[in-house]
Amino acid sequence: MYTFSNKLRIGSFIAMGLGVIFLAIGFLSAPSTVEEAKAMVAVHDDGHGGGHAEAAENHGEEQGHGAETANGEEHDSSHDTHLLHQLQNRPWSALYVAAFFFFMIALGVLAFYAIQRAAQAGWSPLLFRVMEGITAYLIPGGIIVFVILLLSSLHMNHMFVWMDADTVAHDELLQGKAGYLNPTFFLIRAAIFLGGWIFYRQYSRKLSLAQDESDDNSNFVKNFRWSAAFLVFYLISESMMSWDWIMSLDPHWFSTLFGWYVFASMFVSGITVIAMVTVYLKSKGYLEDVNNSHIHDLAKFMFGISIFWTYLWFSQFMLIWYADIPEEVTYYIARFQDYKLPFFGMLVMNFVFPLLVLMNSDYKRVNWFVIMTGIVVLFGHYLDIFNMVMPATVGDQWYIGLPEIGGILFFGGLFVFWVFTALTKAPLQPKRNPFIEESRHFHY
Amino acid sequence: MASKVIQALYNDDDVLMHAVKKVRAEHHHIEEVYTPFPVHGLDKAMGLADTRIAITSFLYGCLGLTVAIVMMNYIMIEDWPQDIGGKPSFTYLDNMPAFVPIMFELTVFFAAHLMVITFYLRSKMWPFKKAENPDKRTTDDHFLMELGVHDNENELADLLWETGAVEVKVTEKES
Repeated sequence: MYTFSNKLRIGSFIAMGLGVIFLAIGFLSAPSTVEEAKAMVAVHDDGHGGGHAEAAENHGEEQGHGAETANGEEHDSSHDTHLLHQLQNRPWSALYVAAFFFFMIALGVLAFYAIQRAAQAGWSPLLFRVMEGITAYLIPGGIIVFVILLLSSLHMNHMFVWMDADTVAHDELLQGKAGYLNPTFFLIRAAIFLGGWIFYRQYSRKLSLAQDESDDNSNFVKNFRWSAAFLVFYLISESMMSWDWIMSLDPHWFSTLFGWYVFASMFVSGITVIAMVTVYLKSKGYLEDVNNSHIHDLAKFMFGISIFWTYLWFSQFMLIWYADIPEEVTYYIARFQDYKLPFFGMLVMNFVFPLLVLMNSDYKRVNWFVIMTGIVVLFGHYLDIFNMVMPATVGDQWYIGLPEIGGILFFGGLFVFWVFTALTKAPLQPKRNPFIEESRHFHY
Repeated sequence: MASKVIQALYNDDDVLMHAVKKVRAEHHHIEEVYTPFPVHGLDKAMGLADTRIAITSFLYGCLGLTVAIVMMNYIMIEDWPQDIGGKPSFTYLDNMPAFVPIMFELTVFFAAHLMVITFYLRSKMWPFKKAENPDKRTTDDHFLMELGVHDNENELADLLWETGAVEVKVTEKES
């Protein structure tokens, strides 16, 4: 049995505490009137040499304001309201990006776990308890994301422009989509997705623990069937979730492979966290039977899925870039003009870095190499989510400051606390999994 | 020049693996092992050095990437710039996304083909070469271990019988 080390527990509490403070500062310092917003931007520009000023003229096109830009005089005041909304959105977006990022790690691990179960993989059963520990975060993480979505639909923020009845009234495209994109149906869908994922997670965990005590393989077989069924549900619901929770932030824009793209991001983050937690537990003397071939295979998945992510990123980008259709390219123009550093930095962190570092087979067996790469990959995928959400919600008013760091600290702390608490609940090595011997002798 | 070798045949890969380990433990040099299929871990048991084909593969990939960049730059930018879909080919960087699939394909193409060719050359295989296989049963269900004989024929034969060989023979080998 694993015992949660005090150092880690205190560390996670400190992270959560600091995160709450930073987030609170972020929320309190958000402007509440147009005048405050204008003053903030003026001060900001003085301080930073007007770096954001030249980008300001193009952000009227984003979101649902395309129709309003024509109305000359009204434009000025609508522009100011828009700026106010962006600044008010910033702490919310920081909260949402971090909440979604850590939730997505747990969901990615759940998918990986279900694949191992459905494929009846022989190498991985030793890692099942680690994966089950990480997926435990689905419950708090999912509830928090749901609450944020609920608060958005109660107009606590302006992240989802299509939730604003006034905007929809002036926007024919959004009226056309209203049958799908309306707050009620949106929340019902979110509840169904989360319910399905959490149900599978809890039930599979129950079967997994029951298998330890049982004297036949019936629980194992049941788990196999449920996992296969879950994967079907997951692939559909994950795709729809990515349209709902992320793509609808830019409600005029759409990409048909967006679901896959988000999936690749969550899958590689999830596998990375499995590898990191495994290496950590091993360094503390647990998981004696996990050998460097297991680490090697996890690192191989990190390498492979990083390249898969890049492939999807590029597929989405190149088609839009080549076709050059105005309603599609706005998505990338916003990112190229206002998000140069996070946008291209993310490509380096998520593609070039793992490609070069993890290419060599021997390096994949070196624990600290895997950890270092994992940290870079995780930051890269945080930035990936950041780049998906922020341009739509805060436009050019982005900055990685207190609220963003606070979000990472709070949800990172909560994630560590919840995952490692869950790890203490059951023996780290499954006893009666029929493949446990194969996993123990796994050698590559 | 012909050299004298002793060949032992086995009919099971597990027996072969143990035999290889035992022969190596007695400090005899195994010249070659012929098997009908790749035996996992045999290279390590025989003490063969790690393959360096991965390094050549990386270098060939870099070569392919370079060829793709130079080629597309010549074709699309320098020699005959075209305006495709409103994207005039003024500079390489402006059009780079369109060339990425070609860069990727040529990287893979060079790495794969040159790696196979390198493997054949390194294994000294080329068209119309006479097969080196000493016993055609090794293409079916037998495994053959070959050791050099240096005036210790009987000692080696005893050792090989002991390791579970189903047949041991001494022959002259052309080389």
